[in-house]
Amino acid sequence: MAKTNKIGLSKSEYKGAPTTLCQGCGHNSILSQIIAACYEMDMMPEDIVKFSGIGCSSKAPTYMLDRSFGFNGLHGRMPALATGALIGDPTLTGLAMSGDGDSISIGMGQFKHVIRRNVPMVYIIANNGTYGLTKGQLSATSEVGLTLKKQGTNELVPIDVCFEAMASNATFVARSFAGDPKQVKTLIKAALHHNGTAILDIISPCVTFNNQDSSVHSYGWGREHNTAIHDLSFIPARDEIMLEDFEEGTTQNVPMHDGSSVRLKKLDRDYDPTNRMAAVQIIEESNADNLLLTGLIYIDPDRPSLIDLLNMTEEPINRLKDEDLRPTAETLAEINAEMF
Amino acid sequence: MTNKIINDFSITVGTANGSGSQTSNLTILRALFKMGIPVTGKNMFPSNIQGLPTWYTIRLSKDGYTARRDEHEIVVAMNPESFERDVEDVLPGGVLFYNNSIKTPIERDDITAYPMEVKGIIKEAGIPSSLRTMVSNMVYIGVLAQMLGIEIAKIKMALDFHFKGKEKPVAINMNVIEASAAWASENLEKTDNFFVEPMDKTDGLIMADGNTAAALGSIYGGVQVVGWYPITPATSLVEKMSTYLPKLRMTKDDKATYAIVQAEDELAALGITIGGAWSGARAMTSTSGAGISLMGEYVGLAYFAEVPLVIWNIQRMGPSTGLPTRTSQGDLKQAVSVSHGDTKHIVLLPGSARECFEFGWKAFDVAERTQTPVFVLSDLDLGQNQWMSEPFEYPDIPMDRGKVLWEEDFEEFEAKHGKWGRYKDVDGDGIPYRTVAGNRHVGSTYFARGTGHDAFANYSEDPDVWMEGMNRLNLKYETARQYVPDAIIEEMEDSKIGIIAYGSTTPAVIEARDLLAKEGVKTDYLRLRALPINDIVKEFVRKYDEIFVVEMNHNGQLREILSIEMPEESTKMTSSILNNGLSLTAEWIRDDILAKKEK
Repeated sequence: MAKTNKIGLSKSEYKGAPTTLCQGCGHNSILSQIIAACYEMDMMPEDIVKFSGIGCSSKAPTYMLDRSFGFNGLHGRMPALATGALIGDPTLTGLAMSGDGDSISIGMGQFKHVIRRNVPMVYIIANNGTYGLTKGQLSATSEVGLTLKKQGTNELVPIDVCFEAMASNATFVARSFAGDPKQVKTLIKAALHHNGTAILDIISPCVTFNNQDSSVHSYGWGREHNTAIHDLSFIPARDEIMLEDFEEGTTQNVPMHDGSSVRLKKLDRDYDPTNRMAAVQIIEESNADNLLLTGLIYIDPDRPSLIDLLNMTEEPINRLKDEDLRPTAETLAEINAEMF
Repeated sequence: MTNKIINDFSITVGTANGSGSQTSNLTILRALFKMGIPVTGKNMFPSNIQGLPTWYTIRLSKDGYTARRDEHEIVVAMNPESFERDVEDVLPGGVLFYNNSIKTPIERDDITAYPMEVKGIIKEAGIPSSLRTMVSNMVYIGVLAQMLGIEIAKIKMALDFHFKGKEKPVAINMNVIEASAAWASENLEKTDNFFVEPMDKTDGLIMADGNTAAALGSIYGGVQVVGWYPITPATSLVEKMSTYLPKLRMTKDDKATYAIVQAEDELAALGITIGGAWSGARAMTSTSGAGISLMGEYVGLAYFAEVPLVIWNIQRMGPSTGLPTRTSQGDLKQAVSVSHGDTKHIVLLPGSARECFEFGWKAFDVAERTQTPVFVLSDLDLGQNQWMSEPFEYPDIPMDRGKVLWEEDFEEFEAKHGKWGRYKDVDGDGIPYRTVAGNRHVGSTYFARGTGHDAFANYSEDPDVWMEGMNRLNLKYETARQYVPDAIIEEMEDSKIGIIAYGSTTPAVIEARDLLAKEGVKTDYLRLRALPINDIVKEFVRKYDEIFVVEMNHNGQLREILSIEMPEESTKMTSSILNNGLSLTAEWIRDDILAKKEK
C-alpha cells in the first residue's frame, strides 16, 4: 500500500497531468515542492484553488493538484481573478503561479495591487529572466549584459521582484532558487500559512532559452551565488511542541496567525525578517554584491488581509442561501416610501 | 394677461458648476413633483469640478411627457459667463430671471426680464458671510416660487428630503427662500403668462435616477461581489450600492453578505467580478463604454470559460474619451460582440428607472441561467437624471441560480447522468452544468481556462473538439433568446408604420407618436428590451412595409444588428438617428420620420 499522510491521501493524489514543460525546467522542480508541501501539510486538494496567468509558469498549475479547482486566466491578470474567487470562498487556500513576464511586465499593476490589498494567497513568481513560451525574449528581470540568441544583449536595468513587493508593502516576501528544493518547500509551507499575500520569487532557470552559467537565472550561477540568510524550518501548529532541536540564541521564531511558526536559524548575520528597513537594505546589498539572496526576507503576520477587512459572513458568501441574499418585500416598500 | 400657460413649459437654470446649484434645482423639481405636476429634470454639465457653465432644465408637462425639449420658456441666469447665451435661449414670449449683479445689457424686447437682487437678499437675510456663496442659489427658488406659484410648503418638503431632515441647513436655506419670495412680492410685478398650479398626476409615483434603481435592483437580485472602477456616468451606481448594502444585506451579527472592491483599473474590476462569479457568487461590475473597451479581453475569457456575471454600461458619448458628460447609445454593437474571436453576448436594454431596478435583479437570473456575461445598457440620461417612476416592484419570481451543482447536487447528477463534465451538454440546450470553486466533492473540480478545452475542461487543440465547443456556444445563444425580456409592443389603429426603439429614447418616442398622430401618421411601436431578438421582434418587423429604427448613435447600430438577424427585411428599415450628446426630443423624431417616410 502506498504511504499516506494524516488525512489518508497518498502523494499521487496531489499530482497533476504529466508536465509538458521542458526537461530540466526549474518550474517542474517548484511543482514537485508544492506537491510535497501540500502532501506533508495534510491539505485536502479540494481546499486548494490554483490560479495562473499566461506563460510557461502559468501552464504549470495543470501539472499539479489535479483534484483542486484551478483557473488559468489572462496574461498578467491572474491576481484579480484570484481576488474575486477568494472573496467568494475565503476558506479556500489560494495558490498562484506566475512568471516574470506575467507579473513584472504586463501584470505589474495587478501584482502590486493584490499585494496592497493583502489578498491571502501564495503567489509564486517562477522567475527565469526570459519569455519562454514565445521562445526566448528578454524580460523585465533579465540582467544587464544578458545575451539571448535572437534578442542581442540586454542593456536595461532589471526590476527586482522582492524590492517591488517591499515597495508595495507586502506582508511576506521570500526568494529562493529552484535548485534548492528543501528551502523552496519550507518557504512554500510558511507561505501557505500566511494570512496575506505571500510573494515567493523563485529563480527558476529556463534550460532552453536562458541557462548560460553566466546568467543569474541559470542553475550554474544560482548554485555558485546562492546566499541563504538563514536556515529555515516551518513548524505547523500541531507539531510545535514536538520540535526542540534549535539552540537558544541562534534561532528566531516568527509566529503565524494560525499558531504555526517559521523558525529561522541564523547564519553569519543577525537578520530580523520582521524589520522592514533591514529587508530593503539586504535586497539592495545583495544586488550590489551580485549575490542571490535567498530565504524569508520579510514577514508581517499581523496586518489584516482583504478578507479580514471585508467583514463577511463566517459561511463563505458563495454558499449563502437565496433568503440571505434577497432582502424582504417590506424593506423595498420602505425604500419606495423613502424615495421622494 | 391672457392665455395663461399652466404646468406646460420648461425652466432652465444657468449656473457655474460646483456652485451648489444642484441642490436648488433638485429642490424645485421635487417641489413641483410634490404639487402633483409631472416633471423631469435634466442636468447638462461639463466634465469639470468647479467654475464652468452648467445648465439644469426642468420640464413641467400637464400631459405627463418626460422627454427633453429644445425650448426654454423660462430661463434663470445666475452665471455671468453664460449670460449672453442664456438670454438668447429664452423662447420669444418667455421669461428671464437674472442675477442683477450681471451688468451685461439685455438686448431683447420679446421676453419678460426680472432682475433678482441676490446679494441684497442674502445680506438682509442675515446669512453669515462664510455661507453666502453657498446659499445664493436659493434666491431663485424663492423668486420662482413667488412669481410662478410654487408652494413654499412643498419646497420645505424637498429640502427636508435633500438634507435628510437635518434642521440647521434646512432652516438656513428656507430663510433665504422665504426672504427671496418676500422680496419678489414687494419688488417684482408679474407681467408674464406662466403659472404653476397643483395637480394630482404624481400620486403614487416616486422620483428616482436609473443608477440608484439599478443599484437597488442588483441588491434585490442578491449581488455579492462587485469589482469596479470609477468612471462617469457609472460611478453613482456602485456608490448607491455602498449606501444601501450596509442597510439591507448585513446579517444579524453584523456580517456582510457581499463585498465591494474598488479595483486599480477596469481590467482588474472585471477580473475580480469573474473570480467571484466563478466561485458561485452573484457578481457584477458597472462602467461606461471606455471601461468596456479595457475589459474586452476578460469579457472573452468569461464568455469562453462560461462564467455568469453582469456588466452594466452607463453609456456616454464616444469614441475615445468623447463627451464624457453627454449621453449616447453608441455602445450597442460593442456590447453584442466585445472581445476577439467569435463572441456573442446577451444585452438587456432598460427603458426606465423602474426597469433599471427590474433588470438589476433579472440580469443575474439570465446570466446564471445561460452561464455567460450579460450586459445591461443604460446611459447617462437614464442613469443620472431624475425620473418619475412607478415604485420599484419586488421580484415576482424566486432567484434562478441556473444549473449549478453543489456537493449533494453533484452526487445526484452523477447518479442520474454519469460522469460530470463542466462543458458537457446534457440537456441539449447548449447549457452545461457547472460546479463552482469551493465545492468540496471529489470529482467536482475542474481547471477553467481561456484555451481550447473539451467537454471535461481538459486542454485540447483538436479541431473537432474546438468546433464542438463553439457550436455548443452558438446553440446556447439560441437557447438564450427565450430567457431574455420580451419586447413590448404598443399599437394604434390602422397604423402602417412601425417604430423600433430602446432605452432612454423611450419618453421621446412615446411623445413623438402622439405628435405624429396629430399629423395623421399613425405608428405602432416596438420597444426592444433585449438582444438577442426573438420571434416577437421578427413578426413585428415582417408586419410593416416601413420601419423606423430610432436610436442615439451615428451608425444606426440596432438597424445593423436587426439587418443581420433578418437580411431579407433590411431594406424596409430606416434609421432615425441623432447623436449629438443630448437626449432626443419628440419634435426631432416627428420631423425626421415625416421627412423620411414614403409619401
